[in-house]
Amino acid sequence: MNSFWLLIAIPLASAAILLLLGRWADRWGHWLGVLSVGVAFGLAVSYFVQLRGLPADDRSAEIDLFPFLHVGSLQVDFGLLFDPLSAVFVLLITGVGFLIHVYAVGYMAHDPKRRTFFAYFNLFVAAMLLLVLGNNYVMLYFGWEGVGLASYLLISFWYTRNSAATAGKKAFLMNRVGDAGLAIAIFIMFATLGTVDYSGVAEGVARLSSGVTLAIGLLLLIGACGKSGQFPLQAWLPDAMEGPTPVSALIHAATMVTAGVYLIARSNPIFNANPTAQAFVVAIGAITLVMGAIIGCAKDDIKRVLAWSTVSQIGYMFLGVGLGGGAYALALIHLLAHGFFKAGLFLGAGSVMHGMRDQVDIRRFGGLWKYMKITWATFGLAWLAIIGLPPLSGYYSKEPIIAAAFDRPGWTGWLYGGAALLGAALTAFYMTRLFVLTFHGPKRWTEEIEHPHESPPIMTVPLILLAFGSVGAGYLLSTSVPDWLTPVFEGAHEGEGAHHLSHAAVTWLSIVVTVLGALLAWALFRRGTALVEQPAGALVRAARRNLYGDAFNETVFEKPGLYLTRALVYFDNKGLDGLVNGLAALVGGGSSRLGRTQTGFVRSYALSMLGGALLVAVAFLVVRLG
Amino acid sequence: MTTAVDVLAQELQIRLPALDYLAMGPMLVLFGGACLGVLVEAFATRRSRPFLQFWLSLIALVAALVTVVRAANNSPQAFTADTAIAVDGPALFLQGTVIVLGMVALLLMGERRIDKGGPFVARASVPVGGEADRRQARESGSTEVFPLTLFALGGMTLFVAANDLLTMFVALEVFSLPLYLLCALARRRRLISQEAALKYFLLGAFASAFFVFGTALLYGFAGTLRLGGIHTAALGSTANPLLLFGGIALIAVALLFKVAAVPFHVWTPDVYQGAPTPVTAFMAACTKAAAIGALLRVLYVALDRVRWDIEPVIGAVAILTMLVGAVLAVTQTDIKRLLAYSSIANAGYLLVGALAFSREGVSSSLFYLAAYGFTVVAAFAVVALVRDEDGEATHLRRWAGLGRRSPVVAGLFTFLLLAFAGIPLTSGFTSKFAVFSAALGTSGQWQVAMVIAGVVTSMVLAFPYLRVVVMMWLSEPVENGPMVANAGTLTWTALWVGAFATLVLGVYPAPVLDLAHKAAEFLQ
Repeated sequence: MNSFWLLIAIPLASAAILLLLGRWADRWGHWLGVLSVGVAFGLAVSYFVQLRGLPADDRSAEIDLFPFLHVGSLQVDFGLLFDPLSAVFVLLITGVGFLIHVYAVGYMAHDPKRRTFFAYFNLFVAAMLLLVLGNNYVMLYFGWEGVGLASYLLISFWYTRNSAATAGKKAFLMNRVGDAGLAIAIFIMFATLGTVDYSGVAEGVARLSSGVTLAIGLLLLIGACGKSGQFPLQAWLPDAMEGPTPVSALIHAATMVTAGVYLIARSNPIFNANPTAQAFVVAIGAITLVMGAIIGCAKDDIKRVLAWSTVSQIGYMFLGVGLGGGAYALALIHLLAHGFFKAGLFLGAGSVMHGMRDQVDIRRFGGLWKYMKITWATFGLAWLAIIGLPPLSGYYSKEPIIAAAFDRPGWTGWLYGGAALLGAALTAFYMTRLFVLTFHGPKRWTEEIEHPHESPPIMTVPLILLAFGSVGAGYLLSTSVPDWLTPVFEGAHEGEGAHHLSHAAVTWLSIVVTVLGALLAWALFRRGTALVEQPAGALVRAARRNLYGDAFNETVFEKPGLYLTRALVYFDNKGLDGLVNGLAALVGGGSSRLGRTQTGFVRSYALSMLGGALLVAVAFLVVRLG
Repeated sequence: MTTAVDVLAQELQIRLPALDYLAMGPMLVLFGGACLGVLVEAFATRRSRPFLQFWLSLIALVAALVTVVRAANNSPQAFTADTAIAVDGPALFLQGTVIVLGMVALLLMGERRIDKGGPFVARASVPVGGEADRRQARESGSTEVFPLTLFALGGMTLFVAANDLLTMFVALEVFSLPLYLLCALARRRRLISQEAALKYFLLGAFASAFFVFGTALLYGFAGTLRLGGIHTAALGSTANPLLLFGGIALIAVALLFKVAAVPFHVWTPDVYQGAPTPVTAFMAACTKAAAIGALLRVLYVALDRVRWDIEPVIGAVAILTMLVGAVLAVTQTDIKRLLAYSSIANAGYLLVGALAFSREGVSSSLFYLAAYGFTVVAAFAVVALVRDEDGEATHLRRWAGLGRRSPVVAGLFTFLLLAFAGIPLTSGFTSKFAVFSAALGTSGQWQVAMVIAGVVTSMVLAFPYLRVVVMMWLSEPVENGPMVANAGTLTWTALWVGAFATLVLGVYPAPVLDLAHKAAEFLQ
């Protein structure tokens, strides 16, 4: 079990081989990439089984590979931790990652840079595993930046397309905001606790004042928001769909964007210690889940609808980890279940695009169920899962979060419970709209498409496997995960629970709103939709423009930033350069003037020495007498 | 009557002090090697001399280094020759430093492939410009340089160990006179070389006179020439303190002259430019180490009780040295003069370390001397390599675009210039950091002022260094520009050793810093 560093090393080595060998690896490089993740998955399963074999109290393995940063009193080792929480993440990353790698072999078959793609993909897997396997915050940050790099490289993988290059930059810059928050949180931990190990922080958090825990909590939250596309740093995630679809599925739906949830779950001692910080997490989650759902209703690009749906679903997870107590496990169940059905949705969308010559506009689909039956069936199952219809997996993972939100004491219980319920209704609406417009109703294809085709088996087999996950994962997870994760969250205290509504009532309510939302969308869109954007009311216009999130960023951050940089450039050119050049001129002038004393005559040199000697002697006397 | 005669005879009887030959080993080996070199010069054939002299000198240096190491291991703290010579940590460290740097410089002197016949003139007595001069230009260079170098090195090893003022004066003369001669021996541009030698000699004699006069005053004050005696007398003596401070001032002038501190630096650019480049490298590395070593001993052994009176004066000299050296370096157009002014500024940095008056001050200065010595020898090795048909191409304009023609040499020189500029990962950074932090560790106001001046002048100095870098890499190559000479292994070895030491002392300085720290205690 102590060899679990191999999980990181194998994909990393594969990435290095693919990048270093260059064109020599073109013919077989993608298979190496698939193989490395497959081996990692096999290892992950065996480590998982070993971990299960241990008694519940010491289910964790820790190794320190080598000293990483030893500066003064800052002692950080390259240490890894394999415990129940990281184990489930490792299984998700390698398992879903493996399926998506297989799928990508088919999806990227015609891309001349397929080898590079797999190198970056492997790099991502290695970095993501480092993120979840580190035993301290610096390792987490290392992996955090690694996945950020891989995400940037893959979003702008087709960098010759202007929109892809811009999206990559946007993702990178907005992530920097979050990363800065995470970094400062780590600095504060070190300054106040003297350690950045998870165990050290968990022990020391009781010594901290509430102000410090609030600061650390909020800074961690900023970091989590950046990586997970949560309000107010959500704008980059939908644009990230410019990358190849497997990237959207693996990085921007199933794994990387859930790193924020992992961060908060891992930092549960800090959040448990400060209810205010938890309240912020809940609020962010609620705002984002409603916001993402509203915007998702107004989008016509199949991948962007799914992207906003990701934003919204991660909002549920944030809601869960913010609620604390037993809801940590609920959030993680949703995270894992979501990993399966969202990956299935994205890969299904990729399969549709593959058959439709990269068309992404759902207004130009319709009636596809006859032509791509496997994609239709698997996408349909994932659709039913995400809207939370029993007995598919989304029901088991989402409904408990809604119930937990209602259990929050006071008016906030009604508020957050209501928001979660509204989100569920909206999710049902926009996902049904997406499904119906894509696969049913009249054909609205562009002229050049005559006969859409189903994707090859290398793409459909992963789809089928993921569909099994969409169906069964929720129930299995909801019965096993809470017990499994108990050692990780044992410090979490259970809230007293207000029980505004009985659990049964919440269950029925959520099923009813889901069905209503779905039926409404079915009724509205079963005959298709207009091919161009229609005039609409204020809310729809706002939703089409991402609820003005981009406009807000532009006016509040970009414009003043531009003015500031212009002013600084002006000041630099006129003021600082003037000063610098003036000083340089002063030194230069002084130099040539002083240089004239260097006459070359030995008599004047001797005179200078004599003068110097007199000066030194007089100076001694002055000092002595003075 | 007989009793009186007996008394007189007893008085006149010379009592030889006990001599610890092991402790004096380095000096004995070097002087012995030098004398042997003179014999070789007299008896060996002209053709065999270059080979014999070079290897004799190198073996003598190796043997001297071995004796230094043995002395350091056996009896690190002892007076010998009564109390004339102190064999203590700083003395042994500096002797080792001077000998190793001397070896590297010796490689440059022995190089005979760059210029056919070596960098030295065949017969220095032939007047410049005549038919005889043209004839001798084709002959093999003179080999007196090797014994002369050994004499100079012997004098330096004595100078850093001298524990009384008279021994110190003798050592000063023993290592200065050969240097004057060496300066005059350039094969090319002989007039400027002879002019440099004459200037150096006249001004050096002038400075020596200051030293002797200062010695007389201090003897008048303390009644002894021993440094320890002056230390005792500084607070206990009832003599007129004018004698003490007059004596300190005059001795300081002489030592600061050798160190090349402002305003006693005026000889430096002319001599560095005129002297044969291997000799310049030798002076820049070894003379500086010896002179700073003696200055440290005088300051820490004899004058530590009057440090409060010394700090303002020598501190002002240090600040002035850094400022003038840095500012004048800015407008230099000749690479050797540029390095000369850089050497002046570095003398200022060394004074900053010396004036810390703490163990860290000594150890940082010792480390600085070793680090700077390697860098400067390597830099002059590059100067010796870059040539056109008239010999070394020292005008900076000629160096434009060198990076394109000779990337290895230009790259090495860039690295050395970055070291001079004190960029991290070079020894220039670690050594400057060491002296500045030693000075700040004392936290007197003069130390703070010196460090501020040091940082400001480091920034000013970065300009001339980087200008050379820019010229080498970014300027268009000049027509018929200089080529890197087809040098033998000797020069390349010296260059690589210097550059390698600059890198190692910048990346992993701890062993040498530890060694310097262990050595940094003077025997009182």
